[in-house]
Amino acid sequence: MSVLRRSRQSADGAHTAPVTDAVRVRGLRKLYRGVPAVDGVDLDIAHGEIFALLGPNGAGKTTTVEILEGFRKRDAGEVTVLGADPQRAPMSWRYGIGLVLQDAHDMAELTVAETVAHFARYYPTPRDPAEVIELVGLTAAAGKRIRMLSGGQRRRVDVAIGVIGRPRLLFLDEPTTGFDPEARRQFWDLLRDLAGTQDTTILLTTHYLDEAEALADRVAVISAGRIVAVGPPATLGGRSAADARLRWIEGGAVRTLETPEPTAAAHALSQRLGGEIPGLTITRPTLEDVYLTLIGSSS
Amino acid sequence: MTTQPATHSPRASGAAGAAGAAGAAWVRPVGRPPALWRLVLARGALELRQFFRERDAVVFTFALPAVLLILLGSIFDTQLNDRAIVPGIPASQLLTAGMIAAGIASTSFVNLAIGICSDRDDGTIKRLRGAPMPPIAYFLGKVILVLVTALAEVAIVMTVGIALFDLRLPTDLGHWLTLAWVFLLGVTGCALLGVAMSSVPRSIRSAAPVVNLPFLVLQFISGIFIVPITELPSLFQHVAALFPLKWMAQGFRSVFLPDSGVALEPAGAWEHGRIALVLSAWCIGGLILCLTTFRWRSRRDS
Repeated sequence: MSVLRRSRQSADGAHTAPVTDAVRVRGLRKLYRGVPAVDGVDLDIAHGEIFALLGPNGAGKTTTVEILEGFRKRDAGEVTVLGADPQRAPMSWRYGIGLVLQDAHDMAELTVAETVAHFARYYPTPRDPAEVIELVGLTAAAGKRIRMLSGGQRRRVDVAIGVIGRPRLLFLDEPTTGFDPEARRQFWDLLRDLAGTQDTTILLTTHYLDEAEALADRVAVISAGRIVAVGPPATLGGRSAADARLRWIEGGAVRTLETPEPTAAAHALSQRLGGEIPGLTITRPTLEDVYLTLIGSSS
Repeated sequence: MTTQPATHSPRASGAAGAAGAAGAAWVRPVGRPPALWRLVLARGALELRQFFRERDAVVFTFALPAVLLILLGSIFDTQLNDRAIVPGIPASQLLTAGMIAAGIASTSFVNLAIGICSDRDDGTIKRLRGAPMPPIAYFLGKVILVLVTALAEVAIVMTVGIALFDLRLPTDLGHWLTLAWVFLLGVTGCALLGVAMSSVPRSIRSAAPVVNLPFLVLQFISGIFIVPITELPSLFQHVAALFPLKWMAQGFRSVFLPDSGVALEPAGAWEHGRIALVLSAWCIGGLILCLTTFRWRSRRDS
């Protein structure tokens, strides 16, 4: 079902998504002082998906997400998040939503355990705070005041608060900014675990293309208030069908060849060089190449 | 983009397909939603815990009116010794009553205005708006914080007055009742004004000066530092009569001074009816101001 829908959507932009999608957006527009910040965005995010929204600063990423989160009002378009319009949804709608926001530095004087336990009180069927603290890997720091935590640990508290109410949909706004590489890997594992075994839909915004590639089932690129591409990271923007580049060493010099048929080219080369090709690499455009082309071509 | 083949990870389609069957119903609280009063108590407990853990802030917040009272009480008593305005009433007792009023205004108006400004700045409010918590629970939690800190402040200033300046606690129920209603109306009015005031500073960095200057001016013209209030130019007295602080101080003087002290009042009477009227009007006006001007976001961020 989802296979068909996704392929159709990427092929001709037809919008045939069933209403059971976690997020459904049609023709979303938002103006700031008459200037469109979001200018006709369509989005479908299926249940259980990790979906990444990419885009440069000022492209409308945050505005879009804040409208989905119910923090801002739209000027036009249809928005359905977990079956309800965020602008009109009753407070109980938030039982299904988890938020991990940017730049929070609140509750500095509380301990991790106190903070997570406090937020558990807001929900009818929360997870066990100790289990959530374990899930985000903070058990050893549970008694520490939040003020004393590192940036990465602090972010994990935000995630713990985000998932304490068993959300069906979790919003993560640039979750790993400022992380060291190891902390980032651990964080990715946590998100994969949430999506995979806890059946949480995740909408992620990020600046890091490697993050989107490592985590997301699908990514959307937003530029100048519009979605310019949607698809799995491996095929985004025709990436998998783009010419491949062969690079090898022959006669002491680096040689390159760009071709739509790298397998045949490598085979021919192998025969010509008599077996193993010295220093051979075959590459496609990286997600970053595709992304830069997409945001460059639309602005 | 148009030539894209339909390939994606097996995990993705599997998860999406499985969850698709779960449907879109979001209202599925298996347990009962938490009762409002529980949320209010939880918020109040959290506010108190956070407040009392900022040790230096706690010490200096509570010490300020007490230290001011000790300084002003000592200075004015020596100056006014030989021209006691009304026999048997030292200036320090007038100052104590005024400082109780100022202490209440400080813990409600000033601390709430700056505290909410800080909540807006550090992400507290945004996080709470994104949580299934009714805004009223946030405000009532603040009310608990203000009530506890204001009561503690009153107790401290009263103790200084009793220990150093021969202040006497009221001995009859009537005076205690007056103390109670002036306290409650004063806290409520000042707290609501504090909530409204929290929208004025552009950021947390400007909050303290923006809130403190008007409060300092109000204390001067309301006869908190200069006693009796009739010593002040009449213009000041008239302006001060528009705000709650002067009336709170007057109410507390009626509680703690002997009956002969009434001669020091501008009207020659305690004016309990008018005190109740003005403070109630500020409670209503403050509520309207809150409802019409309160902003969840800081002005920089709107």
